[in-house]
Amino acid sequence: MSLLTYDFMIRALLGALFTGLAAPAVGTYLVQRRLALMGDGIGHIAVTGVALGLLTGTSPTVTAVVVAVIGAVVMEAIRTSGRTSGDVALALLFYGGIAGGVLLTGIAGQSAATLNTYLFGSITTISTSDVWVTAVLALVVVVLAVGLSPQLFTVSQDQEFARVAGLNVRLYNLLISVLAAVTVTVAMRTVGLLLVSALMVVPVATSQQVTRGFRATLFGAMGLGTLASLGGVAVSAFVDAQPGATIVLLALAFFVAAYPVGVWLRRRQRLAAPFTEHRDPFPLEDEHTAVPETHAHEHGDACGHPAVPHGDHVDYVHDGHRHAVHGAHYDEH
Amino acid sequence: MNDPVVTVADGAVELGGRPVLRGIDLAVRRGEVLAVLGANGSGKSTLVRTMLGLVPTCRGEVRLFGTPLEDFHDWRRVGFVPQRVGAASGVPATVREVVASGRMSRRRPFLPAGRGDRDAVEAAIDAVGLREKARDGVATLSGGQQQRVLIARALAGAPDLLVLDEPTAGVDVHSQQAFADALGTLVARGATIVLVAHELGPLGPLVDRAVVMRDGRVAYDGPPIDAFTDADPPHGHDHHHVERDQHTGDPLPVASPLDRAREERP
Repeated sequence: MSLLTYDFMIRALLGALFTGLAAPAVGTYLVQRRLALMGDGIGHIAVTGVALGLLTGTSPTVTAVVVAVIGAVVMEAIRTSGRTSGDVALALLFYGGIAGGVLLTGIAGQSAATLNTYLFGSITTISTSDVWVTAVLALVVVVLAVGLSPQLFTVSQDQEFARVAGLNVRLYNLLISVLAAVTVTVAMRTVGLLLVSALMVVPVATSQQVTRGFRATLFGAMGLGTLASLGGVAVSAFVDAQPGATIVLLALAFFVAAYPVGVWLRRRQRLAAPFTEHRDPFPLEDEHTAVPETHAHEHGDACGHPAVPHGDHVDYVHDGHRHAVHGAHYDEH
Repeated sequence: MNDPVVTVADGAVELGGRPVLRGIDLAVRRGEVLAVLGANGSGKSTLVRTMLGLVPTCRGEVRLFGTPLEDFHDWRRVGFVPQRVGAASGVPATVREVVASGRMSRRRPFLPAGRGDRDAVEAAIDAVGLREKARDGVATLSGGQQQRVLIARALAGAPDLLVLDEPTAGVDVHSQQAFADALGTLVARGATIVLVAHELGPLGPLVDRAVVMRDGRVAYDGPPIDAFTDADPPHGHDHHHVERDQHTGDPLPVASPLDRAREERP
């Protein structure tokens, strides 16, 4: 276990802890709004931010936060404008972001290897100040995502209802986008920009296999995200693997394990659901007895059995008794 | 205090340049149960959404509780049941969680739900008869039960004005009756109700005024006629005469159930 007590490992584990808590907290709202891939888009845009930092010699984390937030706000604006070409505009933004990042990195004279540490994460090289930035940003994200969960839940569940409830829907939607952008940059050093979306979405998908409620899903996803992040760093230390990829694969492994449980739970729920009451339109009344006879024919004008009018129906004399068709059975009269 | 709860004065709405509502003058009085009826595309849904500011007007004015809509902030007085196929979203949510979001107009950010909030949520769940389902995921409920969840959500806010957009569409008769009973208690408390409906069904006895929309205009505004209460009514009475325009002698336009009755008796 001595490997885990090295300073760089402690920093890596702390970074993983904060990322693992924050990413699924925001991811839950993205999944609820069926915008699971939004984190991926913001990650692409943040590549340009990182490259701007490399080009100008400032901290890539700061420029990435700024560019990611601007990108998220623009994406939200495109989404709410409701144009039919909205998804195409988003695609343009994604690929513009990643191509711009690669181009600017080249202009800055940096190698692809430098960009790689941001694209795929390099958690073992993060500095103490990086850990502090990660911790503060993650704390802000978690406090807002959990503290405002009733409001964010209401807005993500039903926008029109939230408007009539007097909530500032635009503001809360924007908040989710900005939180997602901040989370992407928090997770940039841990799992990398290309895999950050996985840490936002996969724990949520895993959690909801076994949960019935929103809060349970939210906290379950945060727990699973933390477990996958810490576990991924620890595993990668011992088998000398890429930590970012290990974290994501571990999160996916949790999903693969939870999916059959979810299938079983849903199946059990379906079986437990009561059948819709199927009422016999001709219930057997007290004064009648059902006759356990099968008839080779339906009684009618042409069957040859003597017909006797009886109130609102006709009885047929059959084997020495009178009876009448009543729904699915015969009544003895 | 005698202000109408909702006023629309000379209201007009365009969606994508196409006129959807024209010349709407309507005042909903306190304690009134108003049914907005009409065929698909007649603008009945747009009318109630305009009342709530979900659809902007291109002319005219909308007031809620006497306050112009743009200055209205007292949203805790308004409850809304939107037209929905279901109550589910991308993440599971329990019945209680969805109903609890009905308290949002009364809660402050970052503060936990108080006792009053929790009591109101439980009472709303009881009112729609979903007590045993409170901990279940809404996605696992039937369509009618999901609709009842949305109604409970609106009831949880204890609104003075409740606006419902086709609340009973796709809801089985049993649930409709439970829902009508829940509305009845709200009416008894003095609430004002505006509901959009294709047909009134079990809600019929509650309604004391009907507005029939046709082509974006109010075609009828008055007491509900028996023909509205069911799309295909068993007629135990005769229609004496057809209302005609005083000048042209043309039959006045009314909603589809009446038209059908008219075709049967020219």
